[in-house]
Amino acid sequence: MRSTGGKLALVAAAVAAAGVLIGFYVATLSTQAGSASYTVPVTTENGHKVVDLQLMTVAAIGPKLSPNPDWVSYLVRDAQGRWRRDTVWRVPADATIHVTVYNFDGASGLRNPWLARPQGIDGNRVTIDGKPSDAINPDDASHTFAIPQLGLIVALPGVADGAKNQCGVAPCPMSNAHRTIVFTFHTGKPGHYRWQCFVPCAAGWIDGFGGPMQTIGYMDGFLNVV
Amino acid sequence: MTAGPTTAAAEPTPHGRRLVAVWLAVSAVATPLVAIFLGPAIPPGNHSAQASEQTFDNTWMVSICTPVVCLVLVFFAYALWSFRANPAEGLVDGPPLRNDARIQVLWIAITSTIVLFLAGFGTYELLQSGAGGGQGPSPIAIPAGKQFQVQVIGQQWEFTYRYPSLGGIESDQLVLPAHSTVRFDVTSLDAVHSFWAYELGVKADANPGVDNVAFVQTKGAGTFHVRCAELCGLWHGYMFNNGRVLEQADFAAWAKQARVLDAPILKYLPPYAHTYFPDPQRRAG
Repeated sequence: MRSTGGKLALVAAAVAAAGVLIGFYVATLSTQAGSASYTVPVTTENGHKVVDLQLMTVAAIGPKLSPNPDWVSYLVRDAQGRWRRDTVWRVPADATIHVTVYNFDGASGLRNPWLARPQGIDGNRVTIDGKPSDAINPDDASHTFAIPQLGLIVALPGVADGAKNQCGVAPCPMSNAHRTIVFTFHTGKPGHYRWQCFVPCAAGWIDGFGGPMQTIGYMDGFLNVV
Repeated sequence: MTAGPTTAAAEPTPHGRRLVAVWLAVSAVATPLVAIFLGPAIPPGNHSAQASEQTFDNTWMVSICTPVVCLVLVFFAYALWSFRANPAEGLVDGPPLRNDARIQVLWIAITSTIVLFLAGFGTYELLQSGAGGGQGPSPIAIPAGKQFQVQVIGQQWEFTYRYPSLGGIESDQLVLPAHSTVRFDVTSLDAVHSFWAYELGVKADANPGVDNVAFVQTKGAGTFHVRCAELCGLWHGYMFNNGRVLEQADFAAWAKQARVLDAPILKYLPPYAHTYFPDPQRRAG
């Protein structure tokens, strides 16, 4: 027969173990659930950390990269030039992030037109196919890259409906019709910052906001600033 | 004849009187302590007239509840102390329990009075100023005087704020003028959200196709938290931000800067409306 002290110690140990497990689960869930964490390569320019983040957006991820082949998705390019379906990215604090997005998807249109104004980036201006822009027509938006906690919102214009040689499934070759969007922002203090798309682009889901819009690893993710 | 030994009948212990005496003493000490020291710390605080009213209401309610809580705790402690079994006496059954009509009537009367008073008190407070809650498209508790209008637009997963009196500009930062009556017109573009400006004491559901009106009277400059209080999807837990109340001059400067920032997008924004749902029609869903 176990003593009262022994029972209390057992209960305390069980509660502590449960707390540790719950904490581990929550920490993991809140930083990288649904996607592996990818550490983006960092270079240094004049002692300042610089990251070149290259992204692709596609209308259908395809069977090679996902069990949900018809889901819309972001991809990230790794140091070897391969496109990966990882949407949790690890970048350094106090760094300059140069972002290039290759968008191979058509336009869906923004539900809130205000989100078509680029903000939270250098000069509040993006370069679209080589031309500077401080706003796009909200109806032409295909996706957005937004980190609300950093006040960063960039709407990505879509490929024209009648464009030739449109991409079927990812990864799309650069010979397919696409738009190229370039912008720069800066990371500050360390933290976990979620990013998302604001365009209701999940075809076939209620209000265009289910499936890939609610699953990390497709149109949502984290920027883990360390 | 000799008189046998007599045993005087033991006086029954006055448990009821003791219990009431202890309860009254504890309540007399605890209730003012709760009202004076805990009351000011009860949320939501003092950032707006509505928040102050809510803190006042919460203080009253907690103070009224304190004697009830004291009764439960005192009875619990008294029972543990007075009615515990003596191991030397073995297992002895207690006396039979009988109804006491006086106690039952008293209990029903007191609890009914407390509940009815709180219901009346809450209704009066609600009708006075809306208490910072959403009142639907046709509010009945409308504060007197000039109102500064801000439209709160919920979307998955961010609130944005439109200012019809500032040329229809929009922002993801909720900035309000100090010492003003603010009218929030709360709506949504997709799912059901809930706009909760915590320290301002404002909470109103954001429903697609519905204009839900809430009022708040700001006080001095300060910051407050805004969060969504309705489970709305993947990033519901991240749907929060900080808001600011600025003095008039600072607010005017902010508005001027916001107009400049919004200049490129203004031509694309729809005319101000109470709701925007179901437009825009073009979407993938």
